[in-house]
Amino acid sequence: MSRFTKFGNALYTGERSFDFVGNRLRWYVIGGALVILAVAITLLRGGFTFGIEFSGGSEFRVSNPASIVEQTAIDTVQLEAGVESNPRVSIVGGDSVRVQTEQLTDAQTTLLRQDLADAYDVPLENVTASFIGATWGQDITRQALIGLGVFLVLVSIVMALYFRTWKMSLAALTALAHDLLITAGIYGVLGYEITPAAVIGFLTILGYSLYDTVVVFDKVRENTNQDGEESSRTFAESVNLAVNQTLVRSINTSVVAVLPVGSILFIGSLLLGAGTLRDIALALFIGMLAGTYSSIFIAAPMYVHLRENEPENLKQGRKAREPRPTSGAVR
Amino acid sequence: MARTSVVRSAMTRFIWLGVLFALLIGGNAIAVFQGTGSWVPKLALDLQGGTQIVLAPQVAENQNVTDEQLTQAVSIIRQRVDAGGVAEAEVTTQGGSNIVVSIPGTPDAATLERIRSSAKLEFRAVLRIGPALLPEGSLVEPVVPAENAPETTPENPSDLAWITPEIETAYNELSCEALDELGANVADPTMPLVTCSDDRASKFILGPVEVDGGTISDAISGLVPGPQGTVTNEWGVFLEFDSVGTEAFRTVTERLILLQGVQNQFAIVLDGNVISAPRTLGAITDGKPQISGSFEQESATTLADQLKFGALPIGFAVQSSETITATLGLSQLQSGLLAGAIGLVLVVLYSLVQYRMLGMVTVFSLTTAFTLSYFVITYLSNTQGYRLSLAGVAGLIVAIGITADSFIVFFERIRDELRDGRNLESSIVGAWKRAFRTILASDAVGFLAAAVLFILAVGNVRGFAFTLGITTIVDLIVVALFTRPLMGVLGRTSFFSSGNPLSGLDPKALGAVYRGRARFMEPVNAGVIAKKRSAGEAKRRQTIAERKAQEESASMEGKK
Repeated sequence: MSRFTKFGNALYTGERSFDFVGNRLRWYVIGGALVILAVAITLLRGGFTFGIEFSGGSEFRVSNPASIVEQTAIDTVQLEAGVESNPRVSIVGGDSVRVQTEQLTDAQTTLLRQDLADAYDVPLENVTASFIGATWGQDITRQALIGLGVFLVLVSIVMALYFRTWKMSLAALTALAHDLLITAGIYGVLGYEITPAAVIGFLTILGYSLYDTVVVFDKVRENTNQDGEESSRTFAESVNLAVNQTLVRSINTSVVAVLPVGSILFIGSLLLGAGTLRDIALALFIGMLAGTYSSIFIAAPMYVHLRENEPENLKQGRKAREPRPTSGAVR
Repeated sequence: MARTSVVRSAMTRFIWLGVLFALLIGGNAIAVFQGTGSWVPKLALDLQGGTQIVLAPQVAENQNVTDEQLTQAVSIIRQRVDAGGVAEAEVTTQGGSNIVVSIPGTPDAATLERIRSSAKLEFRAVLRIGPALLPEGSLVEPVVPAENAPETTPENPSDLAWITPEIETAYNELSCEALDELGANVADPTMPLVTCSDDRASKFILGPVEVDGGTISDAISGLVPGPQGTVTNEWGVFLEFDSVGTEAFRTVTERLILLQGVQNQFAIVLDGNVISAPRTLGAITDGKPQISGSFEQESATTLADQLKFGALPIGFAVQSSETITATLGLSQLQSGLLAGAIGLVLVVLYSLVQYRMLGMVTVFSLTTAFTLSYFVITYLSNTQGYRLSLAGVAGLIVAIGITADSFIVFFERIRDELRDGRNLESSIVGAWKRAFRTILASDAVGFLAAAVLFILAVGNVRGFAFTLGITTIVDLIVVALFTRPLMGVLGRTSFFSSGNPLSGLDPKALGAVYRGRARFMEPVNAGVIAKKRSAGEAKRRQTIAERKAQEESASMEGKK
């Protein structure tokens, strides 16, 4: 602990300082490049792969089959009259097979269920059939988009009121957009299916990303509010010090937040395979890492960008600029 | 700060927390005592296994589903499901328009039909009957346009004046094969209807609705008696109208009996299909007609049940039907709990490494937060019918990190204050003021996200948003009513206030009297020097730069 604590001490006094604000161009480029890569690769791959919940279709689950061979399912489905398209087959939870097809009629469903039971040599009860109409996913998407819009408007107002400046809202929302695009992009890049659970994950990032930014901004506000014209620090230096002072907090909280999510991701993928837990956790895992990065490297520098040229902030730090003692720890 | 006031304020906070716990536990105990509740939250279908059917309303494009219709539909569907002998089924609404039916186990096709069929029964006078349109390419029988083509207002529902040129065209062009897409089941009851028989063999022009299924007070199924009172093999449904229905039915039959040809017939329309169009042989004055047609025992029973509990105000289509086996549900629950346990252990280990004994405060606070969340969820499960889903469990696990976050914000603030040279007690007080503001602001954002998701989202998203919202509030309560007073009390123990290296609040390690690069003064021993003076002591030993920083923070303190 002590090394990390001393690191924290040094950051607090300013003895050590990372130049988050000064090198902002570099951080913007890194963030921007990641976002562009995520979007571009997703587009090149032909967009997102949507789960059965969005496209509509029928799903069968065979639990505890004699053998977990995916080909058995593919053969069974294709021999079944009327099912032309390739089924999506995956192993779920280590001991069951999930078969997704286009939407089947009731008769086809009954028949295929029996055929799958025979093929995998399990009693009929071990094969469950579900179907999801295509409108269900549209409903969820529409509601999610409405929710996103309403949330963004409300949260911008709340933050603008709390911090007394809309510029913090704007910087925080830019960071949020960065996090969301990168997270969604990972799904696009890896070709993972977007399921309702993944959408839940995306939506939670909204809250987390802003939560993290608010903690950093609260310290920024506290530091910059103390500054007057007399301050020896420029506005940018003041913000930078605040970010450094909350750095240990940022690292600790991110680790603590990512640990449980990581364990869901691990358990979810290992024990359950594709499913609710893995989809939520993957989105959150990426989103939280991106959120921590963007609070420090994007939101804070951008806030400086927006405000340092305000007349009041220009005055600040001018006095001390010429004969500043070089021994000072604050940069 | 005086000893007593610290203890007193800590006690007050602890007492409030105790009251909160007592209320929740008491509320639960009452529910358990009354036999309606349990000490364990109810699980959603994805954790306990079963089938979930989402029904979407079928309405004409410019129509909306009202809340009233939806509530009515829910209660009718609930009665139907119960009548079908399905135990523990649950019928709820979702997203303001959909109905979700959750049934343990796997329902058969008949159960599904029983649930979703709208069973909208209407009695309309027949205006014209013709054979259904033959397959494409064949000639259509010429239909003679109604003479004395009606510019006049129809006098009664049997008046041929209802057949306007538009109705005529619609009738001629009607293809019974495509009837389902035409929305005959959402037709306006005050207008004539062009439709087909349910075997698609013939088509009809019918007058406006004269008696609707809502006036049926009872319906039973049985074998239809023959003309001489003999028992036939034909199944039918025997209806009994209430007084309004009886009166309306009498009026219709009294009028129809005087008419000739097809106009003597009245059509019984179920969900837009004519299930039979009997001739009116006599005026039915007792309000007890019978319906026969192509019924079998099962379909007659189903229809009778549906009519008895009432027709749905709107038709529904199955939007999704999802079955989860009980074993999969159990394994999902176990995996979720395992993931939660692992996550919790990791968080606890990390806190102990980073914050030493202070990490124990995190552990106790997390335990309190978890217990509180558990009782809130159980309470809501007992009183509001909330069910914990897999997404909800995920929300709880994610909340571990976000809750621990608040403690870290608080601890780091205490450390900052210590670095400024304050003694522990005043550090805690000062740190709390600032940390609580931050925690409040960030929790507000988190709660806003959860609330918006909960109100606007559907399905699984709601369960997740709900637990996230609860845990955000629990976080606030615990940090204010548990962690804060606990720190206050601990700050007075010599272990913490003397800055024991294991306490995680060692002023030396924190560089409280920091003197410059890699050069530390002897630590201020708060146990020896009077606590109040230690801050002043530190001040006296400060460099100019440190003093400046000190003044700044002091001036800010003054601004507050």
